[in-house]
Amino acid sequence: MKKKLLSAVLVLTMSATLFAGCGSTDTETTETTDATETTDATESTDGASAEGTLKIGGIGPTTGDAAVYGQAVENAAQLAVDEINAAGGVNGMMLELNFQDDEADAEKAVNAYNTLKDWDMQVLMGTVTSTACIAVAEKTAEDNVFQLTPSGSAIECITHDNAFRVCFSDPNQGKASAQYIGENSLATKVAVIYDSSSVYSTGIYETFVAEAANQGIEVVAAEAFTADSNKDFTVQLQKAKDSGAELLFLPIYYNEAALILAQAKTISFAPTFFGCDGLDGILAVENFDTSLAEGVMLLTPFAADAQDEATQNFVTAYNEKFGGTPNQFAADAYDAIYIIKAAAEKAGITADMSASDICDALKTAMTEITVDGLTGSGMTWTADGEPNKAPKAVKIVNGVYTAM
Amino acid sequence: MSFISYLVNGISLGSVYAIIALGYTMVYGIAKMLNFAHGDVIMIGGYVAFLTVSGMGLPPVLGVLISMVVCTVLGVTIEKIAYKPLRMASPLAVLITAIGVSYLLQNIALLLFGASPKAFTSMVSVPAIVLADGQLTISGETIVTIVACIVIMIGLNLFIKKSKAGRAMLAVSEDKGAAQLMGINVNGTIALTFAIGSALAAIAGVLLCSAYPTLTPYTGSMPGIKAFVAAVFGGIGSIPGAFLGGILLGVIENLSKAYISSQMADAIVFGVLIVVLLVRPTGILGKNIREKV
Repeated sequence: MKKKLLSAVLVLTMSATLFAGCGSTDTETTETTDATETTDATESTDGASAEGTLKIGGIGPTTGDAAVYGQAVENAAQLAVDEINAAGGVNGMMLELNFQDDEADAEKAVNAYNTLKDWDMQVLMGTVTSTACIAVAEKTAEDNVFQLTPSGSAIECITHDNAFRVCFSDPNQGKASAQYIGENSLATKVAVIYDSSSVYSTGIYETFVAEAANQGIEVVAAEAFTADSNKDFTVQLQKAKDSGAELLFLPIYYNEAALILAQAKTISFAPTFFGCDGLDGILAVENFDTSLAEGVMLLTPFAADAQDEATQNFVTAYNEKFGGTPNQFAADAYDAIYIIKAAAEKAGITADMSASDICDALKTAMTEITVDGLTGSGMTWTADGEPNKAPKAVKIVNGVYTAM
Repeated sequence: MSFISYLVNGISLGSVYAIIALGYTMVYGIAKMLNFAHGDVIMIGGYVAFLTVSGMGLPPVLGVLISMVVCTVLGVTIEKIAYKPLRMASPLAVLITAIGVSYLLQNIALLLFGASPKAFTSMVSVPAIVLADGQLTISGETIVTIVACIVIMIGLNLFIKKSKAGRAMLAVSEDKGAAQLMGINVNGTIALTFAIGSALAAIAGVLLCSAYPTLTPYTGSMPGIKAFVAAVFGGIGSIPGAFLGGILLGVIENLSKAYISSQMADAIVFGVLIVVLLVRPTGILGKNIREKV
């Protein structure tokens, strides 16, 4: 038995080293290729009528635990690309999307990025998840490739000046949630259950707690779980219940939230539930008892049943093509492609420009454009890459989102 | 009162680990291999039950039976295709193959059912027991899981000790070569072990999803690993050990969440595992079998 365990551990270590080896070799090779490319790149001339294709790379988890987000992003981005191409493209250029899987893993994301560079990607739309995004952001900064992440919400995703995002940052969401709860006097005693193994969740949690103090909200219980033990929340819920919390703040994803709602019911704990954009999608869980989510409030920039024309058209087109209702990640990705389009038109990008030249041009253009998208109207960007848009709160009433 | 409620919750979590650990330990005990794909057979069992009961509207009992049949066929097929050709290979090769099968099943499920989670409707109709004015609730799922664990445990023990096929299993587990010389069909016996183990996986899948009602292609993997730990904890190969290990693991996990730190719970659980293995390398109820030279 001992021998077997030992050998199992050895194998794991050895295979890990093997992969690590692969990763670094890959990187080196690509870097060399890149160097040659940069020297070869022709100096471009500004001209809006150039032809050819603009190669947009996408990275996100289309398999693995977070596949539901990656697939939504891939589908919606493809939808936007097809629409733009059908309408004549950008500056006469067609768009081409190449979407690579990263399983929400940092190492695989860097490999995917290297694959895309070999494909001569000019602009990167990705990555979908924060952890992977941080790893890739280092690479794009090094290579000076323009990066727009639809949903990488951690601060570190866009520390470099070549990276921008469509979604809110985690601190922004935590702060906005605390302000919302405070300003609307939803509760004075709040309990939090968060995922301590996720950058997204801890990021929101930390700024929420900081802002809660300013709003006169008392955080009476702060309980954590990790991705390795995300099935049983009865202890966390029991502690929240015993602490007398009137509101339970859930800065987590809907998978876990669905379990938390069900388990809270079994211990007859019924506070107000309040979440962030990660909770979006809970109603779309097949066979989910929506009565459990009755009264749940969440901050989300996108609600699929909003009545405006743009949202309705998007939801219908998405459903026809891929089936199902698009979530917030899909909306972010759809917007991301249109944002790239707007910035490319502003900067007069042509297909023969090198990735580095495109990056320099788009960096400036991003701070000058205003985009009306699905996730906000009149979105603008500052040079640090953060979007400027208002968060919307929705409440689940009779199984559908209702604006508040 | 809250201590008792943490304890009860720990036992219900532990009972789920225990029922998964039973399948692990059974296959390890007889075939002497770690079937890392066990957690994923559980997931398939969950999906089959979900499709037949929530999708086709069949009664839960029938759904569980269909799911057991599908899992049995799946388990025997996996054994035939992936493990049997490696009977003479090193245990390492079999272990890696099992990990491969695990990923294969996850990705097949991802293709077939998609990544979006499904909400599983509980198949347990036993009402919850409410004690002390609603401060203490023991859910129906917990009761059924514990009863199922005990029934399976006794059933397996009787089967292995009393029936001819069971005694053949025992013989194969002790010495394959000698068993073959005595006229025991070794391949058939191992296939039977996998059939039983996989049928147990289907039951575990239904109970896991009833207790924690979201179903994704990765549902089985983490509980599978925790159950493996539980099986090692209790003494891998020992059937009562798997039960004890599972319950202890759940209780330790929940009590450390409650009284020490919810962030440190996993570190504490695995720390306890290390201490137990240092003191008793074969686990709490594991037998120390000396290898004869």
